[in-house]
Amino acid sequence: MRQPTALRLHVPEPSGRPGHATDFSYLRLAPAGAARKPPPDTSATDAADLAYSLIRVLDDEGRAQGPWAMQIDPAVLRKGLQAMIKTRIYDARMLIAQRQKKMSFYMQSLGEEAIGTAQALALSKGDMCFPFYRQQSLLIAQDVPLFDMMCQLFSNDSDRLKGRQLPIMYSMREYGFFSISGNLATQFVQAVGWAMASAIMGDTKIASAWIGDGATAAADFQTALTFAHVYQAPVILNVINNQWAISTFQALAGGEGTTFAARGLGTGIVSLRVDGNDFLAVYAVSKWAIERARGNLGPTLIEWVTYRAGPHSTSDDPSKYRPADDWARFPLGDPINRLKQHLIAIGAWSEEEHQRTQKEYEAEVIAAQKKAESHGTLATGLSSSPATMFEDVYKDMPWHLRRQRQKLGV
Amino acid sequence: MDDRNNGQKTVPMTMIQALRSAMDIMLGRDEKVVIFGQDVGYFGGVFRCTEGLQAKYGKHRVFDAPISEGGIVGAAVGMGAYGLRPVVEIQFADYFYPATDQIVSEAARLRYRSAGEFIAPLTIRMPSGGGIYGGQTHSQSPEALFTHVCGLRTVMPSNPYDAKGLLIAAIECDDPVIFLEPKRLYNGPFDGHHDQPVVPWSKHALGNVPEGYYTVPLESASIFRPGSDLTVLTYGTMVFVSEVAAKESGVDAEIIDLRSLWPLDIDTIVASVRKTGRCVVLHEATQTSGFGAELAALIQEHCFYHLEAPIERVAGWDIPYPHAHEWAYFPGPKRVAEAFRKVMDETADQGAGDAARKRG
Repeated sequence: MRQPTALRLHVPEPSGRPGHATDFSYLRLAPAGAARKPPPDTSATDAADLAYSLIRVLDDEGRAQGPWAMQIDPAVLRKGLQAMIKTRIYDARMLIAQRQKKMSFYMQSLGEEAIGTAQALALSKGDMCFPFYRQQSLLIAQDVPLFDMMCQLFSNDSDRLKGRQLPIMYSMREYGFFSISGNLATQFVQAVGWAMASAIMGDTKIASAWIGDGATAAADFQTALTFAHVYQAPVILNVINNQWAISTFQALAGGEGTTFAARGLGTGIVSLRVDGNDFLAVYAVSKWAIERARGNLGPTLIEWVTYRAGPHSTSDDPSKYRPADDWARFPLGDPINRLKQHLIAIGAWSEEEHQRTQKEYEAEVIAAQKKAESHGTLATGLSSSPATMFEDVYKDMPWHLRRQRQKLGV
Repeated sequence: MDDRNNGQKTVPMTMIQALRSAMDIMLGRDEKVVIFGQDVGYFGGVFRCTEGLQAKYGKHRVFDAPISEGGIVGAAVGMGAYGLRPVVEIQFADYFYPATDQIVSEAARLRYRSAGEFIAPLTIRMPSGGGIYGGQTHSQSPEALFTHVCGLRTVMPSNPYDAKGLLIAAIECDDPVIFLEPKRLYNGPFDGHHDQPVVPWSKHALGNVPEGYYTVPLESASIFRPGSDLTVLTYGTMVFVSEVAAKESGVDAEIIDLRSLWPLDIDTIVASVRKTGRCVVLHEATQTSGFGAELAALIQEHCFYHLEAPIERVAGWDIPYPHAHEWAYFPGPKRVAEAFRKVMDETADQGAGDAARKRG
């Protein structure tokens, strides 16, 4: 009789760890221009190959290649590059401000700026994004006053959220930016519900849901896909695969041997895997998914492949779990450099303009910070009354909260 | 204010018909009201509460949902953010647990965390309680899990009249409301005497329900039975159990039907306990950390110097809801009457003790 084989538990590991380099072949890259572009009324089955390949437009020389290279007004591309530059400068300054204890916490979007920026420029006024915590580019691309964003970070007297939320958990309804929750994945279902509501009312607005690779493991992710498919909700389901969720490698969220885009296929949703550091690809694919949603052709799941260049947050130290030079070796590069290269190649940008833009935004961010800090920071003490913390629990304050506020003496 | 009848014609309704009437009226009055949940569309719900509403208002207003409580509530939060007023059904309260994150961290906190920029004006209906041989997954009373969550309103009617008026008030409310429906009361009042014939709502005054629109305001308790001996604080099915226990024990109990559990009507409660000086807290849910604990704490905080006896609690035993031994679990009229007598005797015993010491 054969001896039965002893069973083994498989625990995925990244190929790179501190001290030895990552083998990025697991990304299974495709050359720019290789992926086909199906008609917007395609089906999940007919487009299944696109969930496993990688849609890319910009090649290594900064040229636009293949069927996804669409005519984009150079003004839009310039606007995109400017917003990405501004986002990166904003992040860098706010990171320093956190180190100076002016706020309790910060999260950068370094390396991922193209995704929110390009999609924000592709969406229309009135559409609603349900972001998680690394989509500040959605706001900056819409020219939200940096002062407003910073006051939220500083929890000061001009913080429209009254100091109730952790820094970066913005809420800006008029910019189509839903209140951020620290409970990952909850917003994914909510976005589908918002899109269903828009369809119920015969509206023309669509929703855009955002989630990271790590949180796709949460039940709400799969639930959202089911609801989106069942009701053919006008929603874009964005998965930002930046390879890391704190120290959890994407393989541990279920990415090993498959893709996050593939998760949509079994649900019946048209699903694409896209180079998230390629502004032209992000813009073109977003436009395509938006056209589908607005045309009652159903939801689209998009996995954006990118890399979390910074720590998860200011409370994280990635040198403990991944190689220090990982981002520099990441094969999809830096989204700002890639769009800059393209714009210079088509004569719509120059190195000099780039330098000048950086300086301008440095000055703008510093000026906004100075103004925001004049309204207080966590370090200088808050002028707002703690009485406000009893408000907005309910529409009208019930007796027990009035009593508790009196007990506090405010 | 309770605009009772408001000059309207009343018709006999079960609690199911009263709830359906409330939803019918709100679907008609407000295009932003939508209703969805498992089996609620074409079929009309396992308890028939939404029967006929899809046919009347269309599939985009009343529709079936996948078996995913987290999805149902999560989608409703998104719809609320859009500006709709969703009314969702969780088929049994025992099934709400997968929706906990969406209820506790999202619906209940959205107004606060966005400083009023987004709200979640949801009504989450769920049949609760036992007495139907439903076993542990169709009999639970999870109200204390909701009353502990700031930002939620928790409501439980005990009769068709209140059910309709409270449900309309809940749908119109801009806060998320957990609307618990004591399923044993769906078709008639139930006093805990499970071996006696079922009484239909058509034989009870509170089964006469106005046909049109009216509200029973949230945060308002009702004095279900005025009395002078002791105060009973209760809600749902236990309202009728305490009523029959008063009759059978001869104790003149003042029964307060809380209707809104949280935030609650503290003034009505305090006035009654200060008047009677005695209090029994009664619920079907398990005792430890149950809502009765909060009620007892509130009474000692507000009425301690008016109390003539310790507060007595009657609740379900601290066990999963049993199937075959349902009636040994259920806090029926006998246990309630014993609690009444104990609270009435406490002072006398204490007095006897004092007298004995004096003689010694």
